[in-house]
Amino acid sequence: MANGFFQKRKDQGALSFRGILGDQVRGDVDPAKGDDPGQGHDGTEPAFFADLNLDQVVESIVAGYEEYELKPFFYHRAGGAEAIQYRHEVLRDLEDETLLGDIMAFAQRMRDMRGHLAQAGKLHHKHQQQRWFLDAVEIYCDAVGRLASDLWRADLTSQGFRSWREHLSGYLGSAEWRSLAAETKRLEEDLSKVTYCVHVKGNRVTVRPYDSEVDYSSEVQATFERFKQGGVQDYLVDFSDSPVASPVEAKILDLLAVLFDEVFSALDDYCGRHGDFLDATIQRFDREVHLYLAYLDYIAPLRAAGLNFCHPDVSGESKEVFANDTFDVALATKLVRQRGSVVGNDFHLRDPERILVVSGPNQGGKTTFARTFGQLHHLASIGLPVPGRQARLFLFDKVFTHFERQDDLAELSGQLEDDLVRMRDILTLATPDSIVIANEPFFSTTLRDSLFLGTRAMERIIHLDLLCVWVTFVEELASLGESVVSMVTTVVPGDPSQRTYKVVRRPADGLSYAISIAEKYGLTYEVLKSRIAS
Amino acid sequence: MKANLMYEDQDFEVSRALPDHHGELVEDLELTTLFEAMAGGDAFLFEVSKRAVLSSLRDPEAIRYRQQVLDDCLAHPEVLRDMYAIALEAMEGAKSIYFGWFRRYPSAILYSSVQALQLFAGLLRRLRHLADDHAADFRSEGLCNFFTRLARELGDEYFDAIDEHLRRLRFRDGILLSARLGKGNKGAGYVLRTPGHNKRTLKERIGIGPRSSYSFEISPRDEAGARALSQLTDRGTNLVANALAQSTDHILAFFTAFRSELGFYVSCLNLHGQLLAKGEPVCKPVPLPPGRPALSFDGLYDACLTLKVDRRVVGNGADADGKMLVMITGANSGGKSTFLRSVGLAQLMMQCGMFVGGESFRANVCDGLFTHFIREEDASMSRGRLEDELSRMSAIADQLRPGCILLCNESLAATNEREGSEIARQVVGALMEAGIKVCYVTHLFDLAESLHSKKLPTALFLRAERQAEGTRTFKVIEAPPLATSFGQDLYQRIGGWTTEPAGHTADTR
Repeated sequence: MANGFFQKRKDQGALSFRGILGDQVRGDVDPAKGDDPGQGHDGTEPAFFADLNLDQVVESIVAGYEEYELKPFFYHRAGGAEAIQYRHEVLRDLEDETLLGDIMAFAQRMRDMRGHLAQAGKLHHKHQQQRWFLDAVEIYCDAVGRLASDLWRADLTSQGFRSWREHLSGYLGSAEWRSLAAETKRLEEDLSKVTYCVHVKGNRVTVRPYDSEVDYSSEVQATFERFKQGGVQDYLVDFSDSPVASPVEAKILDLLAVLFDEVFSALDDYCGRHGDFLDATIQRFDREVHLYLAYLDYIAPLRAAGLNFCHPDVSGESKEVFANDTFDVALATKLVRQRGSVVGNDFHLRDPERILVVSGPNQGGKTTFARTFGQLHHLASIGLPVPGRQARLFLFDKVFTHFERQDDLAELSGQLEDDLVRMRDILTLATPDSIVIANEPFFSTTLRDSLFLGTRAMERIIHLDLLCVWVTFVEELASLGESVVSMVTTVVPGDPSQRTYKVVRRPADGLSYAISIAEKYGLTYEVLKSRIAS
Repeated sequence: MKANLMYEDQDFEVSRALPDHHGELVEDLELTTLFEAMAGGDAFLFEVSKRAVLSSLRDPEAIRYRQQVLDDCLAHPEVLRDMYAIALEAMEGAKSIYFGWFRRYPSAILYSSVQALQLFAGLLRRLRHLADDHAADFRSEGLCNFFTRLARELGDEYFDAIDEHLRRLRFRDGILLSARLGKGNKGAGYVLRTPGHNKRTLKERIGIGPRSSYSFEISPRDEAGARALSQLTDRGTNLVANALAQSTDHILAFFTAFRSELGFYVSCLNLHGQLLAKGEPVCKPVPLPPGRPALSFDGLYDACLTLKVDRRVVGNGADADGKMLVMITGANSGGKSTFLRSVGLAQLMMQCGMFVGGESFRANVCDGLFTHFIREEDASMSRGRLEDELSRMSAIADQLRPGCILLCNESLAATNEREGSEIARQVVGALMEAGIKVCYVTHLFDLAESLHSKKLPTALFLRAERQAEGTRTFKVIEAPPLATSFGQDLYQRIGGWTTEPAGHTADTR
């Protein structure tokens, strides 16, 4: 099936169809950005994915969509601003819930169709195989026909969907399609009219056409109707509905083929003529559109929980980035599932600012904030909506992450060395267009060492003029110049043990207040009154 | 078919969830004693009593509906017990039949259902005859309507129709099914049919017309074929087996509900007998609509307490109509807690349709009864205890709505008087304004006195009385809080001890 997705078909409409994702979707090397290892251009998971928890995000997104092989789409960036724009337009069209529903219904029908073909392949009884095949074609015709009429009804603005619509209407106009659809419909109708009776007495089975005999079950039900109360248990036995006919059913089916000879012969003839009914471009659309569907499906519960996603402005020129009310998608997914609340954060950088140094109490959301910055940029580069109310992001060339390595904890001196080597590699490969995200680097040494090493790294980063988030307990790093901004995690006023998970732009502080015990339990006069009134 | 003896238009479900705070209610009001007396040693009746008492009615009309049925039952206890015996027999019989069900085969389900239906038909006949004999003796809407329905819906022709079905369902002439072509051309939509007059044409019979039927036979040695054949007929009898089994369930559900509903009245009779045997008065309470606070009673006693002691217990009267706060102060062991319990218990018994232990009781129905009673572990005055107490209060506040009642027994005693009183003032003030009736037993004088001095028209102050010579009467009277604790009379009674040098007083608190 996977190969089928990529079979090219000659373009038919005036507006040629580039694919619903735009041109660059195949995981081939992007000449503009070079072929850096670990950046996802080769269709393998980028090196920074695990640190940013993007691996979890992608796993969640593609769960249930395995047959479409979507992962490479999430590794490989869309291309330039124009390619991102192409996808934004498609996504804007998909914001129309009717259109989104139509596309999902189409995809469901295509899955159903493939299921039917697979089933036909597994069966041995001819009359059974042929019926599964006929049903598969019926579903396919229904899927394509409905999609086309749905698209004509829709108010489409994106180049992607408009050219797809034209392509489809060309296909539906073809003689080959028309006769396929008409013949399928007629045959299904004829088969649905076959009704018959089976009489079983002892070992003898008699088959004959149905002749308006009375339903006995409903008579019994009517008699006992007056005792009906409330919902009752269902005693209907769920027969293991194997698609394979039992020996008795097979014999009955053979006799039915004799009793209803005309319709069964027509079915046989039909199957001989329509073996290759599937269109390659339709199959490719079906796969690629799932990048959008899977992502929208993934963020739907987050949106339902009140979280915002937006289409960011992207620029390869300006490094003045910002996002409002943004959050870590991986964490938000977890929290929303557990009905926890998600805290949104803001950040902005104005020239000459480039570096966010994040400090403050532990467990307060520093690492989450750093990941968020990286996730935003990567998701934006694929052309997908990003967490936040509004955002402007930079079209980077490479992302580098420097996170603590769990598996190296055994030997601390080894860890510092590893830290340093990794930092050196990053600072060698990074260009002014790169993004660096560092989470407590040089944590395993003394404050004095950390300050020294951090300052050295920071000087390099400042010199490169690249975008950077640097999480550290070494607050001094926040005052290394005008390109560095200090951000801190905060606590609940009056209860220093409670984190707000808010990260704000200001120097570190440690405020705490005492609160009365009644307040803590919401039992003061005012609070209690409003608790009961609400 | 429904009995509708507990609600005019609703089922009484023994399995329905109890209010969240029922554990506290049972513990604080010592309701287990009540349930045990009602159950008379029967585990099922215990469960029924518990549900009924803890699932308060909120509508005075619904309460009166039960009160009337209860009046009938008290007047004709033998008919009630006869009906209860029929319900029990149905349950016992069903148990032996249902247990053998092999749920994967419609043929087995059909067989068990036919058996069960034969049993139930007999019991229903008996029930209808009982109704025929006694219908004229009853006055309550609940029982009169039930007897009318029995006569109307279970006539003799109806029982005949049931017998006819039970005969036909043996299928002596084979099984006829209809079907259509389903998924993958397998047969689908099997329906059991009554055989018609299906005759072949003359041409067909002599072999020159088109054939309209074909047959085959399964060899007696073909086990797979035989299995497939019974699967096929099982598909045909599936619906009818389901219909029969469901009908059986419906009738069993009727008997189950019937037994629970009668069970409540049987339990009431049990308790009634015990209180009367002791010479304690019982009365039919007067439920008033919610909204206007009302609470007045006479000779009200704690029914649970009297069930546990040999002598009769002291009853109390009060008029708290229009009051949102009833604060009870006074002597230790002076009957304050018992008084508080008797009020809570009477409210619960009234709101389930029972009688009340006392000479009269009249109150507006409440939207929920809550208790915040002192706990052993609260008494030690450490900071942790106060937090526990506040956390319990906060949990109650989550459930409180306007129209609820909160019974406080020595709440907020887990800290010093000044702190406890201050928190309590805020809590009580907020609750009263939010429309919650509060009955509060306390020894916190600062709290009681400060609330009393406000002269609120919606507050009533009661005090556990003592005689001039210091003996307790267990009577609670309307009176303002007294400055000194009754620790003095306790001190006197135990004979006191040598006083310390100047500076110490006998005030032990």
